[in-house]
Amino acid sequence: MLKGRLGGFIFQFLAFVLALGFVSVILISAGASPMEAYKNMLTGSVGSMRKFAEVLVSFVPLLLVTAGLLITFSAGLWNIGVEGQIVLGAIISVWVFRLFVDSTLPPALIITLAILGGMIGGALWASLAGALKTFGGVNEIFGGLGLNFVSTALTLYLIFGPWKREGVASMSGTAPFPDHFSLPQVPELRISLWALGIALVGIVIVYFILQGTYFGLKLKAVGKNFRAAYLLGIPTWRYSMYSFLICGALAGVAGAVQVAGVYHRLIPSISSGYGYLGLMVAMLINYQAIWAIPVALFFAALNIGSIQLPIVMKLDSSLAGVLQGVLVLFVLLMEGIRQKFLKKA
Amino acid sequence: MNQETLLVGLAGVLAAAAPIIFAVLGETLSERAGVINLSMNGTILLSAMGGFAVAYNTDNVLFGFLAGMLIGALVALVVAFASITLKQSQVAVGFVLALTCRDLAYFIGNPYMGQAGPRLQALPIPILSDLPIVGQLFFRQEAVTYVSFIAIYLAWLWVYRTRPGLMLQGIGEKPAAAFIRGANVNLMRYIYTVIGGALIGLAGPAYSLAIRAGWMGTISGLDGIGWIALSITIFGGWNPARAAFGAYLFALLQWLGLVLQPVLTQVPSQVLQVAPFPLMILTLLLVNIGNAEWVDRTLAAMPETARKFFSKLLRAMRASPPASLGVPFDTD
Repeated sequence: MLKGRLGGFIFQFLAFVLALGFVSVILISAGASPMEAYKNMLTGSVGSMRKFAEVLVSFVPLLLVTAGLLITFSAGLWNIGVEGQIVLGAIISVWVFRLFVDSTLPPALIITLAILGGMIGGALWASLAGALKTFGGVNEIFGGLGLNFVSTALTLYLIFGPWKREGVASMSGTAPFPDHFSLPQVPELRISLWALGIALVGIVIVYFILQGTYFGLKLKAVGKNFRAAYLLGIPTWRYSMYSFLICGALAGVAGAVQVAGVYHRLIPSISSGYGYLGLMVAMLINYQAIWAIPVALFFAALNIGSIQLPIVMKLDSSLAGVLQGVLVLFVLLMEGIRQKFLKKA
Repeated sequence: MNQETLLVGLAGVLAAAAPIIFAVLGETLSERAGVINLSMNGTILLSAMGGFAVAYNTDNVLFGFLAGMLIGALVALVVAFASITLKQSQVAVGFVLALTCRDLAYFIGNPYMGQAGPRLQALPIPILSDLPIVGQLFFRQEAVTYVSFIAIYLAWLWVYRTRPGLMLQGIGEKPAAAFIRGANVNLMRYIYTVIGGALIGLAGPAYSLAIRAGWMGTISGLDGIGWIALSITIFGGWNPARAAFGAYLFALLQWLGLVLQPVLTQVPSQVLQVAPFPLMILTLLLVNIGNAEWVDRTLAAMPETARKFFSKLLRAMRASPPASLGVPFDTD
């Protein structure tokens, strides 16, 4: 019963039930009805077309980041610096927009340049974490965390310094761009089909890299057994760097899409924690690209659904984060328990 | 700046470092035993909120501190159980807990936001506090600051000057050898992770009941401290005294950022507040770079005098993690 796909599924289902139970207990102890909270989250995310469009807006960066992280995880790397890579993608895309703000070039070209710029920005920032790891001996977790802080500092510096809004600089960010710099959106809704398309292309590319290419195979070899891969003649450090570059590029696109499609300016919290959330999604799907879309969509729905909570029930919207975290935690724990039983049996 | 403000500022640095010191000491003990507790950022927030809530409801600061330590110990227990017993990735479990505990703190702490609650009062030590300069610097602090001084000394003493401390080093460096010498490696790892977690959990109430009294939710300014403490632990090279030095250095840099603000009007104040972070990376690089292979090769190619100088310099800064850090131990 414990073996194989069915066993795995049973344990995951059990983990889901336990997580829901755990969060329900927390809700009850906070004096709220769990059923009402879940119902509000459901209607708040898929209750109307407008709300579902918001879910998709949140789904796009999350999927892109998850796609990138699947590459670094395959190479055995914990790219926690992905937050900063999103930020740098956003910063570079804002920079490109600023360069062309008075230009007569077609807006579509400028938007494309901005997104490509974001891609390069994210990749370069990721290469820093990669260089710190391969040449400096700094663990990618600590190097990445440090670089995340630096990217925040850089954002604040730009918002309050050189890119200050006319009049007074504030935490609301830089001055918004003209409307024609925005990714075209579905009428009445905030979602851009272009953004959605980019995200889907991103995950499909990653899926094919990992499943169908020699490159992906080598990447996984490096991730599974660094030393063995090295002895087999795979230039391991180069593969580590490639994976950082690809992940950074995808995270950078996510940042650029946040600028071009959602905020139309640089704001202090431009990454919105999507990097860390992407790490959670990647863990939850056990690094299988095929599950990225449904799970990222689910997490995005939780995020958007929880926005209702403070208004309707006077609960903090961080409940979404609690649910997501507890779910991943229980899945990890149940997987450990399953393996332990398997070993004994 | 006159002497008075300088002394007050430096005394403030000692106080501001106190919670970070608890956290880095806890993490150092845990990592010494071979377990990375990556949950620190969430643990500090949850214990800050929990400590405040308990102190608020019982009107007793001591209960608040105990609650914080209990929370820290429980979170660490989950890390230990998942990594030691279930053999799951320490980093994965720790990271998930870091995020989950943070959001849990914001969620449960919502009703306590901005409430006025009990807090520790400054506790000047009679006679000593009247000493010139020294008294003002060290002996007019809050209780947590004194405890932090003592904790540094005790942790250092424990690791380097006691028999169990020696065993602790062995468990982290060569668990197999420690096992043969009769140590129950996994039990010891459990114990050190939980004790370390309790220390990390002390950092929370040290903020919410003393250094930055109150609970302010997302604007408490505590989010991120745990990640910093993690970097400081490495900077400290898993040596309690050096880790404490790192915590003071960090607090000093943050204070300098505030003080220099009127002078450096060109630099936005938001930037100065985060200025220590890039410096932390730089130090991490300096601490770690001696471990990289190409450095050895470069050194070997250098002329004799330069090589001596650089290798001495690198050795002084270098720190290597306990050899079995993050590696599960199996008796078979």
